[in-house]
Amino acid sequence: MTLRQGFPPLTLTATGLACRRGERVLVEGLDFAVEPGRALLLKGPNGAGKTTLLMTLYGAIRPAAGAYAFEGADPDGPPFLHLFGHQSAVKPRLSLIENLSFWLSVNGSGGLDPHAALDAVGLGPLARLDAGYLSAGQTRRLSLARLLVTPRPVWLLDEPTAALDTQGEAMVARLIEAHLDAGGIAVAATHLPLPIGAARVAELRLGS
Amino acid sequence: MKPFAAIIARDVRLALRSGGDWLTLVLFFVMVGIVVPFAIGPDRELLARLSPGIVWIAAFLSSLLGLDRLFRADHEDGTLLLLRAADLPMSLVVLAKVIAHWLLTALPLIAATPLLAVMLAMDMATFLKAVLSLLVGTPALVALGAVGAAVTVTIRRGGLIAPVLILPLAIPVLIFGVGAISTGPGPDQSGTALLLLAAISLIVAALSPLAAALAINSSED
Amino acid sequence: MSIESAPGENWWTRIAHPGQFVAWSRRLVLPLSIATVLLFALGLWFAFFNSPPDYQMGDTVRIMYVHVPTAWLSQFVYGVMAVSAIGTLVWRHPMADVSMKAAAPLGATFTALALYTGALWGRPTWGTFWEWDGRMTSTLVLLLIYLGIIALWRAFDDQLRAARIVAIFTLVGAVNIPIIKFSVDWWATLHQPASVFRLDGPTMPPSILTPLFIMVFAFTFLFLVLHLIGMHTEVRRRRVASLERRLAQKGAA
Repeated sequence: MTLRQGFPPLTLTATGLACRRGERVLVEGLDFAVEPGRALLLKGPNGAGKTTLLMTLYGAIRPAAGAYAFEGADPDGPPFLHLFGHQSAVKPRLSLIENLSFWLSVNGSGGLDPHAALDAVGLGPLARLDAGYLSAGQTRRLSLARLLVTPRPVWLLDEPTAALDTQGEAMVARLIEAHLDAGGIAVAATHLPLPIGAARVAELRLGS
Repeated sequence: MKPFAAIIARDVRLALRSGGDWLTLVLFFVMVGIVVPFAIGPDRELLARLSPGIVWIAAFLSSLLGLDRLFRADHEDGTLLLLRAADLPMSLVVLAKVIAHWLLTALPLIAATPLLAVMLAMDMATFLKAVLSLLVGTPALVALGAVGAAVTVTIRRGGLIAPVLILPLAIPVLIFGVGAISTGPGPDQSGTALLLLAAISLIVAALSPLAAALAINSSED
Repeated sequence: MSIESAPGENWWTRIAHPGQFVAWSRRLVLPLSIATVLLFALGLWFAFFNSPPDYQMGDTVRIMYVHVPTAWLSQFVYGVMAVSAIGTLVWRHPMADVSMKAAAPLGATFTALALYTGALWGRPTWGTFWEWDGRMTSTLVLLLIYLGIIALWRAFDDQLRAARIVAIFTLVGAVNIPIIKFSVDWWATLHQPASVFRLDGPTMPPSILTPLFIMVFAFTFLFLVLHLIGMHTEVRRRRVASLERRLAQKGAA
């Protein structure tokens, strides 16, 4: 399953970026650029500020210093960010397809049809099941399907492979590759090496 | 319009599916009305005179009781965080959730008002006025409540503090709400009170989503 | 904006930087305290010895010299909090957070004092400690709002993150206060067509106005002194907390 249409070229640049949690500055002096079709992997021990950096890029936390920009993004246009974090935002009392359709209506359409997206993450046969019956890994997959129903050029991924089996890890890698193929960019915090073409991946080590 | 409607539809569906909460609030509303006669005696005349106040106090307390439900679940499972990147501004997300909350908490109360009217010996005219006054006034209660819920959403034990914050701010709603049903010894002012109540409802419904959205957007910072 | 960020040169950082703020404003505390004491001495002398008893209320009118200033402060302090809240929200000024937090308990205290002296005054004049008069009722609601704000401050674990949230609520309260005042007045006149005693009587002789003015100034200065000291304490408390946190981090690392 490839995302057929390409994204408008969009580059993430950060200059002298410092991120804080409360008053505590966790990372500082970050300079990086992520070109279209590239991914940035954030590495580092617990507490190094990976999640904080992602939340800063997401716009939930103001940077302590420096700045970042998504060059080429239309500030008045629709949102161009997807966050895939620790919290699944899945409602246990709604079926899989209802969960996904909600995000489709809220985020906008243009991507995969919800059923196709469930197929893509390997949950196709469970579409009518209440999401509360899913295992942790399946819940993550459902949450990931949300990124497929609404195409957005920037993916911010926080431990995208957490709770997933080896198959799931491969699936995440495939999805990220497809996303990059379409000209999107991804910033991912992860411990595990993602099997993505090394040429398109840069690493940023935090907390050294 | 589509995201807006989707949020309302989802909240209503979730509430209906996970059952009892909104029914519990209706039960609480009716119970407050039932308990009052035990406290002040079964004198029908006295009850009829106090009934506007009793109905509003019951509605007031039950809407404060249900406040914490407004954003808590969505905050805890991360939905609120993701809704920041939704295709509509946070203030509209709040407004949609306020509307859903009103449909789920205030409307059932209003539907249960006839029960209280019978037990509190309301006459027909008072009853109709009470329904009208609740219809006009409860949106203000819910919208103010949204500010309280948004401000306390990151506090783990915020369930108790939101009512304490909102109660003093909601006093005008109570005053004009009861005033729209019955007035004091002077000339009849219930029409004026109803208009003022409608004005407050409109102002609060227009402004509080902005304040609540600001609070939610600052909550991670 | 951490507590220890580098001190700057211009006036803005002198106000904005907590350490700098404490350094220059500490010098103000003593002169302000002296001014407060002098004003109180002068005001009380006028109030007790150099102003006439009221022809109706007798000596109880002297309660007014405490009641009116505290009632004025109950609103003035909220104004200070609202302005600080704007400073927090718009300019993210760290001293605005501190000012907001230090003002809340003072405002609550002055409001409670206004209600208390009002009740003391009400007993001989109205024959009851409490009358549901519009003015007293809205002051009571104001006290409830103050207490809510204090409770909100205390509910947050991280005071730095609390500031913006409390600021939003403070401003919501500020928008609501006129509505509350109007509604309570409407309600009070509705239920009491015959107006009770009003302070804003037609005329007030200068012999009463002079001590009243002095006392208003004295109480306002008292607030300024206490507010300043409260802000210093809060800055120090935050610095201690941040140092402790840093130490704990070092211990963990």
